[in-house]
Amino acid sequence: MSEQRPVGSDEVVPVGAVDLGLAPAAETIGTRTGAFGVSGSGDTSGFGGLVRPVEMPGASEKPYGGYFDAVADELELALADSGLPMESAIERVVVDRGEVTFFVRREALLDVARTLRDEPGLRFEICHSVSGVHFPGDTGRELHAVHHLLSITHKRRIRLEVACPDDDPHMPSVTSVWPSADWHERETWDMFGIVFDGHPSLTRILMPDDWPGHPQRKDYPLGGIPVEYKGATTPPPDERRSYN
Amino acid sequence: MSTTYTSGEGFEPTTGPDEAAPGYDTTEGRVFTVSGGDWDQITLDPAQEDERIVVNMGPQHPSTHGVLRLILELEGETIKDARCGIGYLHTGIEKNLEYRTWTQGTTFVTRMDYLSSFFNETAYCLAVEKLLGITDDIPDRATVIRVILMELNRVSSHLVCLATGGMELGALTAMTFGFRERESILDLFEIISGLRMNHAYVRPGGLAQDLPEKDDKGVDIKVRIQQTIDLLRKRLPDTANLLVDNAIWMGRTSGIGYVDLTGCMALGLTGPILRATGLPWDLRKEMPYCGYERYEFEVPTQTTADAYGRFLIRLEEMQQSLGIIEQALDLLAPGPVMVDDPKIAWPAQLAIGSDGMGNSLEHIRRIMGTSMEALIHHFKLVTEGFTVPAGQVFQVLEAPRGELGVHVVSHGGTRPYRVHFRDPSFNNLQSVAAMCEGGQVADVVAAVASIDPVMGGVDR
Repeated sequence: MSEQRPVGSDEVVPVGAVDLGLAPAAETIGTRTGAFGVSGSGDTSGFGGLVRPVEMPGASEKPYGGYFDAVADELELALADSGLPMESAIERVVVDRGEVTFFVRREALLDVARTLRDEPGLRFEICHSVSGVHFPGDTGRELHAVHHLLSITHKRRIRLEVACPDDDPHMPSVTSVWPSADWHERETWDMFGIVFDGHPSLTRILMPDDWPGHPQRKDYPLGGIPVEYKGATTPPPDERRSYN
Repeated sequence: MSTTYTSGEGFEPTTGPDEAAPGYDTTEGRVFTVSGGDWDQITLDPAQEDERIVVNMGPQHPSTHGVLRLILELEGETIKDARCGIGYLHTGIEKNLEYRTWTQGTTFVTRMDYLSSFFNETAYCLAVEKLLGITDDIPDRATVIRVILMELNRVSSHLVCLATGGMELGALTAMTFGFRERESILDLFEIISGLRMNHAYVRPGGLAQDLPEKDDKGVDIKVRIQQTIDLLRKRLPDTANLLVDNAIWMGRTSGIGYVDLTGCMALGLTGPILRATGLPWDLRKEMPYCGYERYEFEVPTQTTADAYGRFLIRLEEMQQSLGIIEQALDLLAPGPVMVDDPKIAWPAQLAIGSDGMGNSLEHIRRIMGTSMEALIHHFKLVTEGFTVPAGQVFQVLEAPRGELGVHVVSHGGTRPYRVHFRDPSFNNLQSVAAMCEGGQVADVVAAVASIDPVMGGVDR
């Protein structure tokens, strides 16, 4: 049942990329070890030594297909007009499963955001959501913030992904461009500890104000207590032996 | 709602406002209780004209739609600042999802926005299916049933909005009507999924099980759904007749909670709030999913951009939803309800036993009796689940309150790496300040009711 991937194989191609006729190089961002999510439990399966790389879809080459090319070209032109070359603003463009992700360098985020909103050919009026993702294995860029944008004018959706290291968890806030990002950034700060510089009031939003830590990080335990029933004890979910 | 007043430094009240509740001194200044008729005495005092009162409305307040805390800064009856305090219903669903299989995820997401469970489930499952690359393989019957359930859910959700919104403004009959109609839909949900709420009926790959052939009284299920539609067609006008031309209702909602198109764009507002500004933006039309391009329906709009406009839109959307359900019933053809991929298809062979719903004995007899491989496969699929190739997707659909977005990240394992729900209530609540500031305290209730936030979705 479990997908057996040979370690270091080049043949692992994300499913969505196949549909689009693209074969992007995979981006390795960490490893998964063992057959189960926890270590130290009695693993008699023989899969304990398993090491599998976590490979996210890598950079795509032009043409990206659909409206993605139009967005990328418009963005490149508009950024060039304001004296910012595409390469210094955008790390890479990933087209996967019919969706496009622009990996934006954090120092260029505000310029890119403003261009995306204001340029008539782009017009991403709405910042739908900002969500954080924590990749502890992605050294130097552990914390990612993903901005989902919507253009009502052109009926388009794109995604911006911004990464920052764990020991310098700062990136610019886009609240000055899209006020709707206010609460979403507060939530991302609350859950992941990403500091959005320039946010008007970056305070906790879901957790109590005096809460220690950032619960959605991967190194933050789920919590819970063992449950005893008829003599048998079930450990809490994050200490339970389960597949991962 | 307790009203406390903090006086400025050096202020000495000449007469106590209430002998039963006299003032007392604190390090912050003098505090005393004001009750009703004493108000003028306080506000006429020139020393207090600039004074602002901070009022905490909620989180335990009957008209804040659940555990929403509104922090209002008042000058007299006028709201100078309105802020929301949320998080009182935060249950860590997104974190919990990371410790369950992909299939178990539906059991959690259905509890987020508990009034629109089927939307949460479907959004999550569409996202997982997109990650798996099986979007086109989902059987048509499963998709049509999803549409039927979502549209029924839209009606029931709007009914709660009108019912509780009516109750909060004093229209109690609207509440009894709304909950009465909703009950008929929940009965239908119970017949179909076994549960009135929190169904976990939509699963990655299809549905947990097919529609039952007959309801509890032996009526064919399609006939039964049609009966419910007919009943709603007959009864929905009750609420409309009660409120649409009602002078009090119009007085309480017209011009209240105003947000224009520019405001909607800046604050990312979608759903009835956006459509009340005149923009017919409905994802079912603009970016169809689940085969919505096959159905004929209108996207109702209003141009008033206020609470009354949103109320009218919800009324009309319910009628449109009933039409979609009828069209979907015509499209409902026999067939499988789970994707034809044994590596993904969760065993959908369920039956009612003496101890409730479970695997059908026939299925168990087959895998136990005839095929060791099938037994192992069943065991692995249920305990381990299926793996999802690494990557990320964002799936959006039109929920009753606006655009519901799901950001799902997989690292190639049997459990989600990260699931984030962009709940429309969460985003739309940001507009409370824009809607309420400068208005009166009583209008906060009308404005919040017109946003229709569900705190389960806001706090997750």
